[in-house]
Amino acid sequence: MYDVAIIGAGVVGGMIARTLAAYELKICILEKENDVAEGATKANSAIVHAGFDAKPGSLKAKLNVQGAKMMPKVCEELGVKYKNNGSLVIGFHDEDKRTIENLLERGIQNGVDGLEILDKDELKAIEPNISDNATAALYAKTGAIVCPYELTVAAIGNAMDNGADLRTGFKVCSIKAADAGYEICSENDSIKARFVVNAAGLYADEIAEMVGDTSFKITPRRGEYILLDKECGGLVSNTVFRTPSKMGKGILVTPTVDGNLLTGPTSVDMDDKEDKSTTAEGFARIIKEACENLNCIPFHKTITSFCGLRAVGSTGDFIIHSPRSGFINAAGIESPGLTSSPAIGLMVRDLLMEGGLVLREKGNFNPIRKPMHAFREASDEEKNTIIKKDAAYGRILCRCEGVTEGEILEAIRTNPRPSDLDGVKRRTRAQMGRCQGGFCMPLIMKLLAREMGVPCEKITKRGGNSFLITGKTKEEI
Amino acid sequence: MADLVIIGGGPAGMSAAIAAYKKGVRDILILERDGALGGILQQCIHNGFGLHKFGQELTGPEYALQYENQIKELGIRYKLNTMVLSITKDKVITATNGEDGIFKLRPKAIILAMGCRERSKGALNIGGTRPAGIYSAGTAQKLVNMEGYMPGKEVVILGSGDIGLIMARRMTLEGAKVKAVCELMPYSGGLARNIEQCLCDFDIPLKLSHTVVEIHGKERVSGVTIAKVDENKKPIIGTEEYIACDTLLLSVGLIPENELSIGASVSIDKITGGAAVDQDRQTDCAGIFACGNVLHVHDLVDFVSDEAEIAGQSAADYISGIKEENIHINVETDGKIRYTVPQKITKKKDVTVYFRVADVYRNVKICVYDGDTLLLAKKKVKVAPGEMESIKLSEDMLANCRKLQFKLEEVNA
Repeated sequence: MYDVAIIGAGVVGGMIARTLAAYELKICILEKENDVAEGATKANSAIVHAGFDAKPGSLKAKLNVQGAKMMPKVCEELGVKYKNNGSLVIGFHDEDKRTIENLLERGIQNGVDGLEILDKDELKAIEPNISDNATAALYAKTGAIVCPYELTVAAIGNAMDNGADLRTGFKVCSIKAADAGYEICSENDSIKARFVVNAAGLYADEIAEMVGDTSFKITPRRGEYILLDKECGGLVSNTVFRTPSKMGKGILVTPTVDGNLLTGPTSVDMDDKEDKSTTAEGFARIIKEACENLNCIPFHKTITSFCGLRAVGSTGDFIIHSPRSGFINAAGIESPGLTSSPAIGLMVRDLLMEGGLVLREKGNFNPIRKPMHAFREASDEEKNTIIKKDAAYGRILCRCEGVTEGEILEAIRTNPRPSDLDGVKRRTRAQMGRCQGGFCMPLIMKLLAREMGVPCEKITKRGGNSFLITGKTKEEI
Repeated sequence: MADLVIIGGGPAGMSAAIAAYKKGVRDILILERDGALGGILQQCIHNGFGLHKFGQELTGPEYALQYENQIKELGIRYKLNTMVLSITKDKVITATNGEDGIFKLRPKAIILAMGCRERSKGALNIGGTRPAGIYSAGTAQKLVNMEGYMPGKEVVILGSGDIGLIMARRMTLEGAKVKAVCELMPYSGGLARNIEQCLCDFDIPLKLSHTVVEIHGKERVSGVTIAKVDENKKPIIGTEEYIACDTLLLSVGLIPENELSIGASVSIDKITGGAAVDQDRQTDCAGIFACGNVLHVHDLVDFVSDEAEIAGQSAADYISGIKEENIHINVETDGKIRYTVPQKITKKKDVTVYFRVADVYRNVKICVYDGDTLLLAKKKVKVAPGEMESIKLSEDMLANCRKLQFKLEEVNA
């Protein structure tokens, strides 16, 4: 019997798990996919929003500002890259200017520090590559960037190092009341827990329905992105938004913490919660609008494109409440969900406590996790000390991102352990560079197979039937 | 320490090392990132290598072995599993491997011979899903020829570069069904002999002016939608065709791998993607030379070896202090001829200039001008982007030359 079961191993589930791992509790995280961070968490704008965007008084506004303030410390403890790069909302005409003034007002009401309006010259001074047509901007010094899957892997890894369990491939089919708690069943497995937290992202409405809560719906909203080579990461230092209009927030351009340039997202409401396909129209829109924001974006330096589905709740705000005794929803966590996630962790903890969960702090809780990028950032001398002990750190497998065999093995052996190629990619950046795994994929496949003690035929790109090879040569096919 | 460090132990690196040795350099070190010498030739188990160089058809590994044996006989040093991390302008190399850790070298000369990489699917902005089963042709070649694994059973190939054509045949021979090779351009980017021997001989359809517009399949590729493209390479609505397959191979271009060169402040030719060099294959950083596919993508390894010999000999001259630069001639092109290597000539001696054309042209002559003066013309029945051309300029032609212009002109019937 677990004290708390958390359904969903995205950034929200991960932050809740990590928050609760500080207490004397038996925790289990349930994830339907083969790895953590497989939903909206792996495909979003990767931004720590300052907090001027959400409607004053909303949960989004409160948790955004609180989460943004918590994020630097959370990232430091978890060894996750965080960069306070600042953000800009740029405007092109008078109507934009009025909107920018309203955003400033809203930001002040929400409690955001360090907001100011820049004129054209001031804007150009801090971002020389910004479009010559931009006439004004809202500058938020507290805006930042973080890698959402790195944060999630680290949060869940830290929760696991402090005793939490993770079950991947556990797709919840039903939830029944049982023994002063709940029995949560997948097709072929079940666990019992006194409390259940629903952080199931796109599927949060379906999970809530399993306990009879039909108070909200989740709509998938498609967001396509284009990622450019690290050569382009320095085109802007701030995250550049357009002034929101009736047409929505528009296409942003931002550096990533790893030094690439990211641009997107499109925004299309969908019916299918699994359709993460990109479209020619989407690419065309991103390229058009991004090129309006900046004077020149070399899209021929594109290294990949992808699509995420945001979980948009039907209430217009985050849905964080307890509809049933012992059952908490953390649902509809669309933007600014990544930013808010540490604050959502605290809010869910408090709701659990109100619901009767007794929280006793663990004496031996360790909030610190060894950074995944520790080797990469060490000095040459430090690296040589490590290589002397383990030659694998001297061998580079991923030439584009400069990732060593030692770092890949370390990631494979560290909580939460990856069991597919994309999992290794998200933890190490191997295969994430300009050749997109062309050279290192076969090497990593063999390494992962060896570590997992399975033949290469069993290794997948992303769980399920996403097998990399169909068999050996000279076989009957 | 070493007088000459060669980065890359493929055909270019090995050939350059041997040439430098024969010109008297003894302190040579080759740094190779792979576990064996030979570079990409190790996985090119088909024949067709060495016709120009050895007058016989060798396989890739056989061709590489000719050079590897010489390297060993001459006692030229090499380090395997060694990755160069950076090169500075003043020729400080930082590299790493499991045995030495991170180490620095300060040679008198460097030869860049890192080869090229394949353009990835990510660079193409193809719509649809991102399932398993999408590989560049070279990755598939490695899986099949080096690892003994089949990447899939039913294959569509996008791009008709040589590796794509070779893999169409290879996958077929291993029992897979290659359903189509789609080529965006109205002509193939591969060698004519590969179209014949790899596609025609196996009844594999080559769909010119076609591209993949959508990828299907959630976990593994389940099919692709292809479409015909117009003269602007845009898909024509209504021409879409669905092909069920479990694998998509890409052969959509090779990119010289010049991140190290850029780090060393070597100037890059925007068209070749490689360093801009003189007839000695010396870059604009004195003492840094480049050869092979890192300089410009070749279709035949024989020409890589030739080019690398020039680089090796020139590096030897540089190390022994021989300096005979006396002229400065830029080589310019007219667009129909896309680029030349070398891009400039600094010594008065016979020079072979290599180049590629931008499109398929018939009944043309390649003309070399010095201002308005025609120095040389060479008639060709057909030229194509997939086949590298060359033309030899003699020392006397260069004697009073100021600027060389390469032009492609029609031959009047």
